[in-house]
Amino acid sequence: MKPASPFLELESAPRVDVTWDGTALSLPEGANLAAALLAAGVKVFRHTPVSGAPRAPFCMMGACFDCLIEIDGVTRQACMLEVTEGMAITRPQEMGAHANET
Amino acid sequence: MLMKRDLAIIGAGPAGMAAAALAAELGLSVTVLDEQPRAGGQIYRDVDRASPARGTILGADYTDGRRLTEELRRSGVDHITSAVVWAIEDAFRISYTREGRGAQVEADRVLLATGALERPMPIPGWTLPGVMTAGAGQILLKQSGVAARGSVLVGAGPLLYLIAAQMVRAGTPPAAMIETQTLGDMIRALRHVGGALRGWPYMAKGLKMLAEIKRAKVPRYTGATQIAVEGEGKAEAVTFTHNGRKQRIPCETVFLHHGVVPNTQAARSLGVSHIWDAPQAAFAPVLDAWGESDAAGVFIAGDGAGIGGAKAAEYAGQLAALKIAAETNRLSTQDRDRKAAPLRRALAGELAVRPFLDAAYPPFDAALTPADSTVICRCEEVTAGDIRSYAKLGCLGPNQTKAFGRAGMGPCQGRYCGLTVTALLADANGQSADETGYYRIRPPLKPVTLSELAAMDETTQDAAE
Repeated sequence: MKPASPFLELESAPRVDVTWDGTALSLPEGANLAAALLAAGVKVFRHTPVSGAPRAPFCMMGACFDCLIEIDGVTRQACMLEVTEGMAITRPQEMGAHANET
Repeated sequence: MLMKRDLAIIGAGPAGMAAAALAAELGLSVTVLDEQPRAGGQIYRDVDRASPARGTILGADYTDGRRLTEELRRSGVDHITSAVVWAIEDAFRISYTREGRGAQVEADRVLLATGALERPMPIPGWTLPGVMTAGAGQILLKQSGVAARGSVLVGAGPLLYLIAAQMVRAGTPPAAMIETQTLGDMIRALRHVGGALRGWPYMAKGLKMLAEIKRAKVPRYTGATQIAVEGEGKAEAVTFTHNGRKQRIPCETVFLHHGVVPNTQAARSLGVSHIWDAPQAAFAPVLDAWGESDAAGVFIAGDGAGIGGAKAAEYAGQLAALKIAAETNRLSTQDRDRKAAPLRRALAGELAVRPFLDAAYPPFDAALTPADSTVICRCEEVTAGDIRSYAKLGCLGPNQTKAFGRAGMGPCQGRYCGLTVTALLADANGQSADETGYYRIRPPLKPVTLSELAAMDETTQDAAE
């Protein structure tokens, strides 16, 4: 069942199957991943490493790092990625910001 | 060996695209590096892929960006897409990550066209899921054709009206606009009415947008104070005081905006001097009339040089290209000045309306120096009260706050707390913004992983160590 989303997709596009924390989702192929997850009803993308507070996309332009997710063990910014078939997306294992530091 | 370009341009928005096309036309070798998969910057984000329906919603000022993306394509310059630049060093070796691999470009000169960021708007609840910048709302529309239903717009400024009008056209009008500017601000702005009249096309567009918002019966609450987002784990309502009465508007999506500010990260990492621009309430780089900074070979054009909007950015990008072409003997100084004259006139026309807009829609005071309990550093969850307590312990500048409590040390590197930290310390210590200063910005400008470094081409690997 698709969770209710406050976001409306104005246009329809061919969709591909991905997983979000193990749950199957059907997202528009080539769409911005953060936008597609929001439209699919995903509300919380990650929890902060400091207090465990929930976070979701804030700037949509790669500056704020609030939309961090994990794909193939790598922490990425969802707003800087495009949806491809079979993407296995999870909330960041190491809980966000510090996981991405070098 | 890396091939050395005459010019590397960081950012493919209006300034970067216009500069690249002109520089190439004048015979310079140019590489453009941009974080997005397609040219346009944020103002023209994904303009080449937007459907006609989306073009109608977003308006002609948006689809006009196709003129520039087409010029960039026709110019044949090397445009490296999806390239996240994380270091610019040694006049100039530019390190970036693309598709999980590190790589480098060398150039004699660099033009930073990195645009603007939303001014941080720390109000209670601004970190909750569902709270986004107004710019983010626009990007959702532009790139993805995704519109929020029943959202609440909070803050002040022309962008707030633009996004409201676009959402009306998209069939998803906002539930309310909670605006922070007051009648007093408008009265103070009237002393700039001459500039407003010279910028009359913008004023006419503004009035048309306000009429669209009114026809859609979107409630507007101006002069709002004590604004907060409420919710358990996500945004559920905005509360505020309007005309002395407490109000509460339920919503799942909140878009914040009280102006945009220059994105100075790359310029600061190169040692470019910045000064406080009081009317724009932000730091701006010190530049000559062509956009050249006090760091040799570093040029800056567009909103990153001071907020002027998309058209101004285009002209500024071309002015920078002219000076660079003259410095590299592609153009005589007479030809440079002759070509610059109409650009300067057009630029002055674009900027005429700014003093009026800056005065009529000032930043929301309560978000410049927030209440103690409000989180101001989103990454490290440092509060305004924490910063004030550091000041009491003798903390004078933003760099010291890092040692006191990690403010500005998360992955966003101070992009969404830097100006707030400067304002809080300046206020607490009775100093000016210039005296207080800003974070020292060092590479990496964006996080880079060891595997991305390891995947760097062998020829360039040594240089990155």
